[in-house]
Amino acid sequence: MELQHTPAEEQFRSQVRAFLAEKLPAALSAKVANGTHLTKVDMEQWHAILHARGWLANHWPQAYGGPGWSVVEKFIFENECALANAPRIVPFGVNMLGPVLIKYGNEAQKRYWLPRILDGSDWWCQGYSEPGAGSDLAAVNTTAVRATDAEGEHYIVNGQKTWTTLGQHANMIFCLVRTDREAKKQQGISFLLIDMDSPGVEVRPIITLDGDHEVNEVFFTDVRVPAQNLVGEENHGWTCAKYLLTYERTNIAGVGMSMAALERLKGIAAQQKRNGRPLTEDPAFAARLARVEIDLENMKTTNMRVIAAVAGGGAPGAESSMLKIRGTEIRQEIASLTRRAMGVHARPFVAEALEGDYTGAPVGPDFAAAAAAQYFNYRKLSIFGGSNEIQKNIIAKMILGL
Amino acid sequence: MNFEHTEERRMLADSLNRFIAEQYTFETRNRIVATPAGMSQDLWQQFADLGVIGALFREEDGGFGGAGFDIAVVFEALGRGLVVEPLLGSAVLAGEAIASAGNHAQKALLAALIDGSTIATFAHDEPDTHYELARVATRAQRSGAGWVLDGSKSVVQQGEAAAMFVVSARTAGAVDDEAGISLFLVPKGTPGLTVRGYPTMDGGRAAELTFNAVQLGAEAILGEAGQGYATLERVVGRGILALCAEALGAMEAAKLATLDYLRTRKQFGTVIGSFQALQHRMADLLLEIEQARSAVINAAAALDADRLTRERALSAAKMSIGRIGALVAEESIQLHGGIGMTWELPLAHYAKRLVMIDHQLGDEDHHLQRYIALGSHIWSLS
Repeated sequence: MELQHTPAEEQFRSQVRAFLAEKLPAALSAKVANGTHLTKVDMEQWHAILHARGWLANHWPQAYGGPGWSVVEKFIFENECALANAPRIVPFGVNMLGPVLIKYGNEAQKRYWLPRILDGSDWWCQGYSEPGAGSDLAAVNTTAVRATDAEGEHYIVNGQKTWTTLGQHANMIFCLVRTDREAKKQQGISFLLIDMDSPGVEVRPIITLDGDHEVNEVFFTDVRVPAQNLVGEENHGWTCAKYLLTYERTNIAGVGMSMAALERLKGIAAQQKRNGRPLTEDPAFAARLARVEIDLENMKTTNMRVIAAVAGGGAPGAESSMLKIRGTEIRQEIASLTRRAMGVHARPFVAEALEGDYTGAPVGPDFAAAAAAQYFNYRKLSIFGGSNEIQKNIIAKMILGL
Repeated sequence: MNFEHTEERRMLADSLNRFIAEQYTFETRNRIVATPAGMSQDLWQQFADLGVIGALFREEDGGFGGAGFDIAVVFEALGRGLVVEPLLGSAVLAGEAIASAGNHAQKALLAALIDGSTIATFAHDEPDTHYELARVATRAQRSGAGWVLDGSKSVVQQGEAAAMFVVSARTAGAVDDEAGISLFLVPKGTPGLTVRGYPTMDGGRAAELTFNAVQLGAEAILGEAGQGYATLERVVGRGILALCAEALGAMEAAKLATLDYLRTRKQFGTVIGSFQALQHRMADLLLEIEQARSAVINAAAALDADRLTRERALSAAKMSIGRIGALVAEESIQLHGGIGMTWELPLAHYAKRLVMIDHQLGDEDHHLQRYIALGSHIWSLS
């Protein structure tokens, strides 16, 4: 048993910290800490900073531009970024499509698309969910029919995708489409790359309950997609989909983000008062705070145990479901306590104050503006990426053998 | 970072698990529980011969272990086997008190504890303590060169089997002062000491002790007069780790029994484990037990750390174990349905032990409050 990192890993951590201290713009970390919205430019800025350092695609093999880190180093990096309130790397190109292309793409696809992910030429979004295919993802019904004409082989795509995160910024979308209607559910699905500027693609915003425009609906009407944009074999897209959903989920618990959020919450609770005393000294609030902190302390070690198992050659299978469930519950609980800590000032909803460039006077404490919005926004955590109930199904099947 | 036990500890765990599986079966255990002694002198001796007691003591005290992970490995196995022998009271609590506060002559006792020939126990809780470590109403007053003890101690584990008691008593200060607590060694049969034994809900026996003008010599005091609190905290800390690890073993056993039941019990023409309502409850148990395991690892790793780190990790662990232990017990019974309510089923006894562990050395609420009182955690940022 050795819970400490090796000296080499500690040295790596120092290196990451030094980088963050020097390169992470204060304006960005302030937005992340306060839960105010990041603009497209903000996200692109952080993407470019990481790319310049060679740390952007940290899950990629070195041959394709990855830094060659161990599982532990990746974990340290992600944790340190979270603790420093760095923006999350927009994951769709770097962490989702990239690994799929590296594993299933052909040489031409890798040569063309991978550098464009790194340098930010393309902004990718994910076309998985549909109105009729949420938790039951294999029920996708968007169709792609193969045809040939004078301009060559292509697909004609019709259908609708939904919950497309940051699709409003994207110029490319990777989609699960049905290429065989006769085949059994998981068979007959293909993995297709679609240019969002193609005629027949329409993006409509979905405004979430916190007033944010984060997700979208994407409609496809007779959209022509070159056949060379098929990744992997036709009708075998489910393999890519599954790989993408299980790839590198060792940090799915978001322990670093929870640690940062809990530190911030403690700072807030020390300033907010009940009965004339700081909330941290209020028995009921302190008990809630202590419970989530203890849960998080345990989670940290649970997460490290999974990392150590993966570093030792194990596969992060259904254990990542455990990390996802408990990790998201903890993040939601911290968001809930942050909302509670605001007292009456959780209620004012000044939409402009959620933008990072807001210069107006705050209503109540300046940290109160985003608390309720973020709490509601975080309800998504237990729904997306396979809802926590789906994760329990996975645990029951894969670990418990029920 | 490495979560594997050392080769030595794995061997210790293997041999202990094998010994328990072969020699300390559920039937044997229940027979022992029903005896007047509530323990087995014969099996106790075998645990000693196997080196299980020695593994709980440091080398300088005549053992060959004594680290947090030694305690964790041993007690997880004991918990899995639902063992009722006095390892906690004699080896961990009384043993650590003597090892850490005893003088040369007193430490001579340790050899007899380690070889199993003497059983000691730890008498600290009182009728009004309710887990408060510093609340000691039993009084010890100087009398010539020695002391006179008056007061009572509650639910002393294996109080009838013990030949020696480590007793906390107040030699100065108010009833809840940390200062002014002293520890004494009181042999069984000392005039004025009454032992009233009884069975406990979770198997084994405990006793209420009454001290009525018990005369002790000068050699009876363990450590400096009035300075016993720090020892008490260290002793109880090791006991907390032992109980947490024991609970983890019991949880694993309860989980396996419940899983087995879900896979075999049929209703509505199919195994009940195919029902999603039950699958999700079982998945919850699994992830709670993994969190409990992490809590035990954190506590074991912190056992020799600075006081604040150590005590926070111990309270966090005991709080987690209290909450999760009761959950595992209640859910395991529920998932078993009617059969889970029967004395006949081993699972029911694991459930009782899991819940009763929350009534030893501080429950969930006590340790939550203590964790808060120990102050805000400074993240190690790792």
